[in-house]
Amino acid sequence: MIEIKNLEKAFGKLEVLKGITTTINKGDKVVIVGPSGSGKSTFLRCLNLLETPTGGEIWFEGQQINAPKVNVDKLRCKMGMVFQHFNLFPHLTILQNITLAPISLKLKSKEEASEQARQLLKRIGLLDKANTYPAMLSGGQKQRVAIVRALAMNPDVMLFDEPTSALDPEMVGEVLQLMKELAADGMTMVCVTHEMGFAREVANRVLFMDEGLILEESDNPADFFTNPKNPRAQEFLSKVL
Amino acid sequence: MDFFQIIGDYITKAAQGFADSFYQNFIEDNRWKYLTSGLVNTLLITAGALVLGVVLGFLIALIRTTHDKTGKLGFLNWLAKLYLTVIRGTPVVVQLMIVYFVIFASVRINQVVVAIIAFGINSGAYVAEIFRSGIMSIDPGQMEAGRSLGLNYRQTMWKIIMPQAVKNVLPALGNEMITLLKETSVAGYIAIRDLTKGGDIIRNRTYSPFLPLLAVAAIYLVIVLILQALVGRMERRLAKSDRN
Repeated sequence: MIEIKNLEKAFGKLEVLKGITTTINKGDKVVIVGPSGSGKSTFLRCLNLLETPTGGEIWFEGQQINAPKVNVDKLRCKMGMVFQHFNLFPHLTILQNITLAPISLKLKSKEEASEQARQLLKRIGLLDKANTYPAMLSGGQKQRVAIVRALAMNPDVMLFDEPTSALDPEMVGEVLQLMKELAADGMTMVCVTHEMGFAREVANRVLFMDEGLILEESDNPADFFTNPKNPRAQEFLSKVL
Repeated sequence: MDFFQIIGDYITKAAQGFADSFYQNFIEDNRWKYLTSGLVNTLLITAGALVLGVVLGFLIALIRTTHDKTGKLGFLNWLAKLYLTVIRGTPVVVQLMIVYFVIFASVRINQVVVAIIAFGINSGAYVAEIFRSGIMSIDPGQMEAGRSLGLNYRQTMWKIIMPQAVKNVLPALGNEMITLLKETSVAGYIAIRDLTKGGDIIRNRTYSPFLPLLAVAAIYLVIVLILQALVGRMERRLAKSDRN
């Protein structure tokens, strides 16, 4: 579904990604782990072109997306993104946050979009908050709304950029629970996270990144977490587990 | 004569003097009309310049921030910066006279229209910087969230960034509006009978400066109070998304 070939990204002289090659298949739950500054988030942000790669190729559903004349907006409709700091729109109600994109892009009528938003809110148990504003929600509630806001576009893949890092500890669980449900529904997911428990439980693949490279890639997360091969991965895991 | 009589006489005389002066400055020859017709001109110029300034400022701010965020619109950005430098670097009364005596020198045109253009162009420069600061104050994550949902730059700007930016700069915009109202008091330089000029004409006729100028000042103050109340009301309406 997504093929990444020798992806490079530099900010001025600083090389953040130094040649990433990997493939994300339909239905994959890929978790990217690694120390801070390793380029995990930059890699994720390259996938929907929030960062423009400076080298290499990214192919999504048979189309090279980091080529000139690609309709970036159309592409992003197919890729949901969830941010560390939620980035809900504070001037809109919860319902409007969810319906804004489907309505603005004329994918749905106002009624259809609202109906879908209500369904999604019902699913996460926040239907009663539909007409309040983001400032009145807790961090965990905000992030769950941010997730269903992305789902409202019916994306083919969901990108998560440290979705629980800005949350109070007692709110991490509710967000992970929703992500687990998504995974169980078969959603293709790419997730940068520090939640090793979640990675072990949900991921079918783990990428360990450091200094802009994938140092270890494992199709068996349980094995990776107990028996990392790469020395840097061993060191990293010994610190965080 | 006892003490109270002296005081009483004094008050009577003062009141009589005030009444005479009031009659002379405002009632006689219908002189109050200088103030009311002047006020109409002042309000016309302020309102016209405000609309022009907001439209101009909005466009300039969009050009400047779009350039900052995407690197496009290089020439327009250069032009916008030149405009900001020149307008903010010179006195408004000089700009007003240049527009009237130089640019429209050979054209027959209503002075009030000239004043609206001059003050509008002037105010636009300040409004542009106000809008720009408002746009810059919005967390970049908002733009990223909008774009990652598939909205294009313009849709994100229009539906996500601008509503928040305008709300943030409303107090500053209200301030600019008040400043603009008071700055129009130099319109007399191009022979417009605005509120200030109206008071001045009365002073010239009656040789008494106190009441006409006091009246002019009071009228400005009342208008400013009304504007402040309007801005406050708008702020409260836009604050409904804040935590209550």
